[in-house]
Amino acid sequence: MFTSQEIIETINMVKQSNLDIRTITVGISLFDCSSDIPQRFIDNMRKKIIKYAGNLKNVANEIEDMFGLPIVNRRVALTPISLLTFSYSYEDLIKVATAIDDIAKELEVDLIGGYSAAVHKNYDENTRKFISSIPDALASTDRLCSSVDVGTTRSGINLDVIAHLGFIIKEIAQKTKDKDSFGCARFVVFANAPDDNPFMAGAFHGTGEGDCSINVGISGPGVVKRALEEKKDASIDEIYETIKKMAFKITRAGQLVLQYACKKLGIPAGIVDLSLAPTPKVGDSIAEILEEIGIDKVGGYGTTFALAILNDAVKKGGAMAATFTGGLSGAFIPVSEDSGMVKGVESGSLTLEKLEAMTSVCSVGLDMIVVPGDVEPELISGMIADEIAIGVYNNKTTAVRVIPAYGKKEGDEVNFGGLLGGSKVMKINRSSPKRLIERGGRVPPPIISLRN
Amino acid sequence: MRAIITVVGKDKVGIIAAISSLLAQNNVNILDISQTIMQGFFTMIMLVDLQDCKLKFSELKDLLIKKGQEIGVDVNMQHEDLFNSINRI
Repeated sequence: MFTSQEIIETINMVKQSNLDIRTITVGISLFDCSSDIPQRFIDNMRKKIIKYAGNLKNVANEIEDMFGLPIVNRRVALTPISLLTFSYSYEDLIKVATAIDDIAKELEVDLIGGYSAAVHKNYDENTRKFISSIPDALASTDRLCSSVDVGTTRSGINLDVIAHLGFIIKEIAQKTKDKDSFGCARFVVFANAPDDNPFMAGAFHGTGEGDCSINVGISGPGVVKRALEEKKDASIDEIYETIKKMAFKITRAGQLVLQYACKKLGIPAGIVDLSLAPTPKVGDSIAEILEEIGIDKVGGYGTTFALAILNDAVKKGGAMAATFTGGLSGAFIPVSEDSGMVKGVESGSLTLEKLEAMTSVCSVGLDMIVVPGDVEPELISGMIADEIAIGVYNNKTTAVRVIPAYGKKEGDEVNFGGLLGGSKVMKINRSSPKRLIERGGRVPPPIISLRN
Repeated sequence: MRAIITVVGKDKVGIIAAISSLLAQNNVNILDISQTIMQGFFTMIMLVDLQDCKLKFSELKDLLIKKGQEIGVDVNMQHEDLFNSINRI
């Protein structure tokens, strides 16, 4: 039997500290669905997604009931669609996108990822056509997510595609302007994108993955914050240790859910993503943890230090709790999705420059950042280039999910609702990197790639 | 299958009777029970065996929650594995 204390603590983790499982993501390979006839590909794909994920919603609900753990999202990740649609016309690509969205709606899957491409080495005509279709694909869908990998430590950085993506993001913003440019929240640019990431907008089923697998993304910043609240006068090593222990417990819950979902759906286990992912709810915020560690307002000096500690302790604690770990393991710092981060922006203590520094020690990058709608495309490309450089030269994953909200100015508010939250439009540095971005071309990989 | 049931609320007469008779009616065996007053609240923890229970997990849970509302306490039921996973290596 457990002690009363253990039981009460476990129940409080869920009830008072918002411990939840962020997502169960079923990854599905579509290679055996391919066809040069788009409709046949769509039909095959539909059958296969229903076969594997048809029961996802019910199983997730059952897990919620059994363990009393909320599962916030049910998701599906697909083989990057760009790999299967080389011969398709622009219209056919949009047809595929809307078909995927329809399947997601039919299965009541919250988000479906994989309208993706990897162009870290070369940017051929087919992939260019595919990337050009992303704005219309996102504008004509509600649940489809898209990503593009533009650089890896092994291959270098493709500046041509970064230059193009500035325009693509602006176009997505314009085409979804009636929803505060919401389409941009479903599109992310990556460096070193992992194949087994269960988190959107970047989830896809990588080429090295099997036919199908389940990846679980955990959450629970509230649990860590609450544990730290009891350590007001502790030294930093004790803080580190506390985070590690709580990360272990949170991850164990994720591992349990993964095992159970695999058994019920008859799909092999993938990974548990050791993550602290915030929601807009107060008390479920990464920024609040950083402030609890001792920063007055997130963004102040010491924030990067505190985030580095948090990120590393989460990985160490979680690594022992799960059999396979992967994805983007660490702490996420999406601005609009985190009430503490939004407060940091409003008070002026959290700036884009500080966020960029923070991304060098956290799990992703410039995430869910709302900037003025009239920003030049080259400026967005510059922002992407900086962030991708941090990833490629430091051998880590980084990403950019930026929203140039159409018609909005600095200080205006946007609201996406649900998990994506809302934020004030951030101040940006208007100095133009146009000359740099227009150079185009490819950046060779850094010397750290030669570590054989 | 085993589950942990917790009951938290203002202390009064008949809480244990109400919950345990509901469990008995549904063939749920109580394996362990502890009851204490924590921070002024009545807190009861039960380890139960659902092997012979004809109801689905969620149905029994709903009945328990409803019974709790009737008598003014907060009732919770979770699969034992959650506690095992989180608290035991």
